[in-house]
Amino acid sequence: MIETYLPSILPAIYLLASIGFILAVKWLNHPDTARRGVIIGEMGMLLAVIGTLLRVDTNFSMIFLGMAIGAAIGAPLAYLMPMTSVPQLTALSHAFGALASALIGTAEFYRITPTGFTMAALSLETLLGYLTTTASVIAFAKLQELMPTRPLTYPGQNVVSLGVLAGAIVVGVMMVAGVSAPWMFPAFIGLALLFGILLVIPIGGADMPTVIALLNSYAGVAAAAMGFVLDNKLLIVAGSLNATAGLLLSIIMCKAMNRSFTNVLFGAFGQVQGGAAAQASQRPVRSATPEEAAAVLDAASSVIIIPGYGMAVAQAQHKVRELYDTLTKRGVDVRFAIHPVAGRMPGHMNVLLAEADIPYDKLLEMDEINGDFPNTDVALVIGANDVVNPLARSDQDSPIAGMPILDADKAHTVMVIKRSMSPGFAGIDNELYYMNRTLMLFGDAKTFTAAMVKELAGHGS
Amino acid sequence: MQSYEFGLYVFMLAAFLGFELVKRVSPLLHTPLMSLSNAISAIAVVGAILVTGDKDATTLMRWLGFVAVICATLNVVAGYLITDRMLKMFRKREPGQK
Repeated sequence: MIETYLPSILPAIYLLASIGFILAVKWLNHPDTARRGVIIGEMGMLLAVIGTLLRVDTNFSMIFLGMAIGAAIGAPLAYLMPMTSVPQLTALSHAFGALASALIGTAEFYRITPTGFTMAALSLETLLGYLTTTASVIAFAKLQELMPTRPLTYPGQNVVSLGVLAGAIVVGVMMVAGVSAPWMFPAFIGLALLFGILLVIPIGGADMPTVIALLNSYAGVAAAAMGFVLDNKLLIVAGSLNATAGLLLSIIMCKAMNRSFTNVLFGAFGQVQGGAAAQASQRPVRSATPEEAAAVLDAASSVIIIPGYGMAVAQAQHKVRELYDTLTKRGVDVRFAIHPVAGRMPGHMNVLLAEADIPYDKLLEMDEINGDFPNTDVALVIGANDVVNPLARSDQDSPIAGMPILDADKAHTVMVIKRSMSPGFAGIDNELYYMNRTLMLFGDAKTFTAAMVKELAGHGS
Repeated sequence: MQSYEFGLYVFMLAAFLGFELVKRVSPLLHTPLMSLSNAISAIAVVGAILVTGDKDATTLMRWLGFVAVICATLNVVAGYLITDRMLKMFRKREPGQK
């Protein structure tokens, strides 16, 4: 019976699923509605899967076994990974999604021997699918520190990378044009896989937010391209939502660093300036102990905390929350200033601070809070560096020139928790550290924050 | 209108819609946005099921489809669960201070 009605039911199911996905993204515009968005997105996915299962007439055991295995690996990954590992998990998740698109493209290639437009869509699907897979695996390895996080470069790198990409495109175009030989498709796959690796190897840790967003976008384009191959509008809608989300995020990241895509992908940031920085670090700085720092905080009436990747590395977010609690209890106005590229993926700091139970209305974006620094008693920088470097405003020749920064230097007193005087990712010295109003708090972010909390608590009772 | 032409229009409209929607997402939620949109694009699971369940499929295609089903499901499950886990943490007031 279901077979009779299926042709009319199925489009309705897929249409409802598309609506679910669109609403899911729409409701993400505010934390209050966001969880509802996830639920409707899940319902959309469930509908799509059920609808698709109705179309299939054979081999259910393999399908269900595959779904069971996928769920059995995916669920523990999502629940057991600590929140600081969200960037890695996202990279891994991109890799699997892209691999699925790529494998389906490969299977379709051998099933329908496509031509013309379908072949063009299929080439795009497999090219982006395979390159996103290897690129995401490398990104994962770098984020998990299985590989060095610094940019790995060699002479002629860009020529080699672009050569591989050009090779893949040439083979792809030949196949679309109707030239066919058995070696061509496997060669195309090989070049795509290789290009993915070459693409991410020269990219350093602090550029990961842009790259992850870009890979997210590629995975979306691959899914949409699959929609063209299978003539399925649901795939096109879902894929293009993902593609635009990723693209927009990577544009936001690039703008927040005042750099272009080309510069992020092929620039291998921070290679040149190392020598100059080492020299400049000889200048004197003022440092302070946890006791002195606690006294400064105690005397303040407004504090802005600027977290960076260093806070994530030191897992200091819970101690930072204790500091927030202690100071708030004493009537100090404590807020957080979040730079768009702080951390290793877009929004990374927000997630960590939310995990530590800091109310989200205390987490402010750069544009919202920058005007308040001149009226703030203390700017406390925890594990951030380049995003508070005033050189970005003053020095036109600096690699970070023109990058929008948090105006921490305008606060009455600046305190910086930092392990040592080593320069940040951009490899340049930070003028902020040498100001008269700046106190350097040398030590591990977690230990130092804990010491300040203890000191403040001791005075309070 | 040919089917792919129609598809291109759908793609174009969805891209513009996506752009307008994503622009309104609070920067606070950029990480959940990424994991959610990633989970949505795991809609590739549809293609994976169709390939695996095709009755004319060769053994190679079945196996490719099977691996694709695993990968896509993993992406769906991990993507939605991690998004929900993150969103649960965003609270306006501290607990006990309501």
